[in-house]
Amino acid sequence: MNAAARLTETRPQDWPQAVFGILSELGVRQVAIVPDAGHSRLIRLCEDDPNKRVVTLTTEEEGVALLAGAWLGGEKGVLLIQSSGVGNCINMLSLMQTCQLPLLMLVTMRGDWGEFNPWQVPMGQGTEPALQAMGVIVRRVDEAHLVASTVLGAANLAFNTSRAVAVLIGQSVLGAKNFKELAKPR
Amino acid sequence: MMSKNGLLHRRAVVAELLRERGDLLVVAGLGGPNWDVTAAGDHPNNFPLWGAMGSAAMIGLGLALAQPERRILVITGDGEMLMALGALATIAVQKPANLTICVLDNERFGETGMQETHTAHGVDLAGIAKAAGFATSLTVRKPDEVTRLRDLAHSGTGPIFAQVKIDAEALPFVLPPAEGGILKNRFRASVLGEEAFYN
Repeated sequence: MNAAARLTETRPQDWPQAVFGILSELGVRQVAIVPDAGHSRLIRLCEDDPNKRVVTLTTEEEGVALLAGAWLGGEKGVLLIQSSGVGNCINMLSLMQTCQLPLLMLVTMRGDWGEFNPWQVPMGQGTEPALQAMGVIVRRVDEAHLVASTVLGAANLAFNTSRAVAVLIGQSVLGAKNFKELAKPR
Repeated sequence: MMSKNGLLHRRAVVAELLRERGDLLVVAGLGGPNWDVTAAGDHPNNFPLWGAMGSAAMIGLGLALAQPERRILVITGDGEMLMALGALATIAVQKPANLTICVLDNERFGETGMQETHTAHGVDLAGIAKAAGFATSLTVRKPDEVTRLRDLAHSGTGPIFAQVKIDAEALPFVLPPAEGGILKNRFRASVLGEEAFYN
């Protein structure tokens, strides 16, 4: 069963498994990450796959450069980051635009739907315009059952046309964190 | 190979590193290292950067992981490397056996008016790389050490880091193609064959 067919077989909440299947079928080898809770299931699947190399970064722009090198050497990759990390990538994205290199970014959103932490809001709201200012094509997905098909479309667009493409995965898919529930009662 | 003040000449260093280069793949950081690598002979197996400061070492890592049978040499400047110190930690953790990072350290931001970088004030890049976990990390000051580094880059066990102390001389630019599409396509065609154009 190919990735497109598998999309209809997967329960919405199992989107990380569906996305993992798509990445595997496309031959993605290098998985560059700055962890986010929203990516944790997908990261675990990638770590358990001997055909993928998970590269933990100290800052997100390292991943942009890593995947430029991967493509120059004939490998596909994916960058898994949180929206706050998009701001760290900005100048490095000039590599993709200048050299017509493909880049697939899966960005879990903060500072948006249901956000509790005000410090996440500036970059969360700036994520889409910042990416677009650097020539990255942005697709947003706010419903779990549409994540996998959006990633498949973005990956094909990126690797078939040598473009940078970002999928923004909304907090309505991931569940918004409530710090009050985690804090000691006053 | 040495200047009057006892420092290595950068173009002589790069010419030695790239002597009998074989199928070595080279990433050159922006500014002086790009012009130095090009002065040693423009080559499809070079990926010379004109921007994206701080990217050179990580491009080298992505390439090293994708091409484990090939040797990868990143030649960059001290300013460019200082912008990506975290990359040294990331590379040390990945332990690519085929990757060498060579920093040409003139202790200056050469393209912008020769302002001093942190290495002019004692920051020890080779020490940082060693502390991060690089298998081999060297400070190079003499011609015979450059030859040893050349041999390590071609056949040593990586990741290898070298900080090469060079004279802060201003030399005429030697420019490779500037257009990114040309640099990408000629590199991929050389490394992957022309079928790279059909995927």
